[in-house]
Amino acid sequence: MNIDLIIGIVQIILIATTPLVFAGIGELVTEKSGVLNLGVEGMMLVGAVTAFVTLVVTNSYILAFIFSIISGILMSSLFAFLVLVLMSNQVATGLALTIFGIGLSSMIGKNYIGTPIDGLTPWYFVILSFLIVFFVSYFFYKTKSGLILRAVGESHNSAHALGYSVLKIRLLAIIFGGSMCALAGSYMSICYAPMWQEGMTAGRGWIALALVVFATWKPGRILIGAYIFGGVTILQMNLQAFGLRLPAQFFNMAPYIATMLVLVIISSNKLRIKLSAPASLTLPFYKGR
Amino acid sequence: MIKLIKLFTIFLAFLGFSLGNAYADGHAKKVGFIYIGPPGDHGWTYMHDVGRKHMESQLGDAVSSTYIEGVPENADAVRAIRKLASSGHDLIFTTSFNYMDQTLEVAKEFPNVKFEHATGYKRADNVSTYSARFYEGRTISGHIAGHMTKTNIVGYIASFPIPEVVRGINAFYLAASKVNPDIKIKIIWAFTWYDPGKEADAANTLINQGADIIVQHTDTFAPCQAAEKAGVLAFGQASNQEEFCPNAHLTAIEDIWGPYYAARAKAVVDGTWESKDTWEGMAEGMVVMSPYNAKLMPASLIQEAINMEVAIKDGTLHSFEGPIYNQAGELVVPEGEVADDGMLAGMSFYVQGIDGDLPQ
Amino acid sequence: MNNFFPTIVTRSNSSQLMNILVPIIAVFLTLITGSIIFSIMGFNPFFALHTFFISPISTSYGISELLVKATPLALIAIGLAFCFKNNIYNIGAEGQLTMGAIFGGGIGIYFYDTNGFWLLPLMILGGAIGGALWGMIPALLKTKFNTNEILTSLMLVYVALLILDYLVVGPWKDPQGYSFPKTRQFSESGRMPLLFSGLRVHLGLIITLLLIFISWFIFSKTIFGFQLKVSGFSPLAARYAGFNQNTLVYLAFGICGAFAGIAGLSEVSGPIGLLYRDISPNYGFTAIIVTFLGRLHPVGIIFASLVIALTYLGAEDAQLFMQIPAAVGFVFQGLILFYLLGADILVNYKVVFKK
Repeated sequence: MNIDLIIGIVQIILIATTPLVFAGIGELVTEKSGVLNLGVEGMMLVGAVTAFVTLVVTNSYILAFIFSIISGILMSSLFAFLVLVLMSNQVATGLALTIFGIGLSSMIGKNYIGTPIDGLTPWYFVILSFLIVFFVSYFFYKTKSGLILRAVGESHNSAHALGYSVLKIRLLAIIFGGSMCALAGSYMSICYAPMWQEGMTAGRGWIALALVVFATWKPGRILIGAYIFGGVTILQMNLQAFGLRLPAQFFNMAPYIATMLVLVIISSNKLRIKLSAPASLTLPFYKGR
Repeated sequence: MIKLIKLFTIFLAFLGFSLGNAYADGHAKKVGFIYIGPPGDHGWTYMHDVGRKHMESQLGDAVSSTYIEGVPENADAVRAIRKLASSGHDLIFTTSFNYMDQTLEVAKEFPNVKFEHATGYKRADNVSTYSARFYEGRTISGHIAGHMTKTNIVGYIASFPIPEVVRGINAFYLAASKVNPDIKIKIIWAFTWYDPGKEADAANTLINQGADIIVQHTDTFAPCQAAEKAGVLAFGQASNQEEFCPNAHLTAIEDIWGPYYAARAKAVVDGTWESKDTWEGMAEGMVVMSPYNAKLMPASLIQEAINMEVAIKDGTLHSFEGPIYNQAGELVVPEGEVADDGMLAGMSFYVQGIDGDLPQ
Repeated sequence: MNNFFPTIVTRSNSSQLMNILVPIIAVFLTLITGSIIFSIMGFNPFFALHTFFISPISTSYGISELLVKATPLALIAIGLAFCFKNNIYNIGAEGQLTMGAIFGGGIGIYFYDTNGFWLLPLMILGGAIGGALWGMIPALLKTKFNTNEILTSLMLVYVALLILDYLVVGPWKDPQGYSFPKTRQFSESGRMPLLFSGLRVHLGLIITLLLIFISWFIFSKTIFGFQLKVSGFSPLAARYAGFNQNTLVYLAFGICGAFAGIAGLSEVSGPIGLLYRDISPNYGFTAIIVTFLGRLHPVGIIFASLVIALTYLGAEDAQLFMQIPAAVGFVFQGLILFYLLGADILVNYKVVFKK
């Protein structure tokens, strides 16, 4: 095996994995604040189509990304309003957000399917994804705000008693999650596979959800997890191209089974799960209780 | 109570409206289509929709058409097909393989409605099947690839190991290896028809492993775009994709359904429709090669490709001419013969020279 | 921030009036929003809403189709209620459904050329066992290793789908099927009998109603139902009362998995008749929404499953009669869900806007 081949494989893995990193780190922050948002796939699609349509209309990459992130903020605010203010069930609301996002993105993009655009080089975003992970890691463990956010996810009642606005902090965490999902989507429609096609994220939002668990809610491990997930797929393709016969289905199962194994390992030690999983995940916060 | 009366009046108004609509359609024959994807996908469904529009433009007021898009290939399909049948459609095209049993189920209940099922093999008195000999196009792609490759490695992105895809790979390889015995074909089974990201990954992986031509049997133009970016060559799929990858796109195999749809609708209008199995190729115009890219291909090669088209059309050239051996070295088509349609329809083996095993 | 978040006051008892009013309010809001959307898109809103909600069920076939679509949703949803009542968030019903279809359908494929009255009951049993076994995995992981069931059950959905994929592409492929990824057809006695000739509504509906009735009985008349409820409200109190939480987890997951498995089997042995990769249009996920809309109550779940099923049918009619793209149907569905989920707050809380 020569060195160029390996460099090439690494490049492909970097490009393919970046959307998982964005969506995964966004969902991680949301979950750390104690909210589970299953609408990742829907928010990614709306972000992808918004970026694409903006680019076609304005011809500006910067505006494309700005509008895409705004779309993510709007989608996640809708979710936030329902689960925080109206205290609707997080699991059901997240699923509804995905259905809504699939429909909305197809509606917006109807007349833009098959419009050719010039794709943007992915490398800035690959770098950005690493920077964001480091930023979140720093924020969580080195700043007071990060500590407060984690406290809210651990025990919203204690955080509230200490005088922190639980809802405000969760709102911000949800919005950050939405923006990152939109960024993941816009990366897909502008850099990774420059086009708009209905449902083009093809389930990556669900993998991002698995990723957060795989990473045991630790930002740095999002990178490790994402690169294992992405790497398995690309490696499988390389082996196929070398002529090895593989049962592809079993290869595709690997990330999910690996995630379950990680869950078992971290959860079986009660102390360890306490340190990683936000204790208030999916529980609504109500001041009067 | 007043509310109820109001509601009832509105309901009656609707009824009148719907009836009025039906009347306005007059005696035009109604043709319905069931699509697996959105008509704007620039791939499989898009070409069926182009065909539908062609049919409308050919027959004018004699027909009107509607479609239901994104119909899942499960129990829902029966309802969608039946909805077309029960709302006065005279002819219904179901455009994906997995609508097969569902189409037959509805057809049994509506003996006066004509059904046409794409790429299937089960027929009835009011159910025809139709498909295109896409593999004829693969023969020409293979010939071009054999000449154009410099690394002697061609990357092939396949979707699922079904006969149509396997046929395409074999036809491509037979033609390519005829002009270039050293050619190697690297295949990635993506196990999806539709995932732009994964298709791009597969293309990049193949390019990274030395392929300088990318062939695809998946639905989006992501592989062609990836080839453009990497500066290698590619063939389009289902429709002409040159605008997405002008410096990579050699040609594409286009699915041209329009004339068939027009002919079948006309047969219904004339009352001459009968059930049959149609498997047409270049000769009938169901498979058409996109314009050959003169920027990339030498004029002589373009001429050869055009000559091959003529030969395929008049029957002097067949994609599967003997002798053909399978991977185990067994003779499957003897010298001087061509593979019969039965063998082609169920093809589930690689021909000799292709590396790797066919996923089972 | 006080202006942004209105003050919300708990009701001393959840309001019975609101329990009934909320769905009506939500539907009303949906109709208003729908009218606005359709008007903006240039459609007559009354005609559009009629096409969406009335025309799909204006024939006996339409009503039968509504039931065909609602049956698996209701069956899975009532199973999920066993879990959710106990605060066990099983979101992997789609996987349990798939496993049920694999186990039950596998029996059907094995006996493809055999007929007998025993075949269908055996397949249903297989479906229930397959679904229950698959549901037991997250239960086992939760009780033995303390893992979060939301995530394990979700992961197992994808594993189940890939197993089905492997089987229909590989070992279970129909030998006469030109190597297309699908299995043989089940024999005639491996199919769910139809209730009315010419309509697709099948025995699965009766089974579903029966299981919903049994569930209602369990919820309201048995100690087990009481235990589920208590331990859902307060796990600690349940422990003091001597309930074994682990047993409850196994039972809830087992029942839910079995119900989802039966739903999967009745889908493949009902309208489909064989196995291939796309047997379910996400019934397992949609049923989660149905469960919450129906407020974990058997009657509520029946109504919720009908409403959700109607939105699917309506989206098809809207395409056919008004050329409204399928995507609009999804948006509309999302809106209904948002309203229903959001309006739920009125049941348990009062909203007070302060200055």
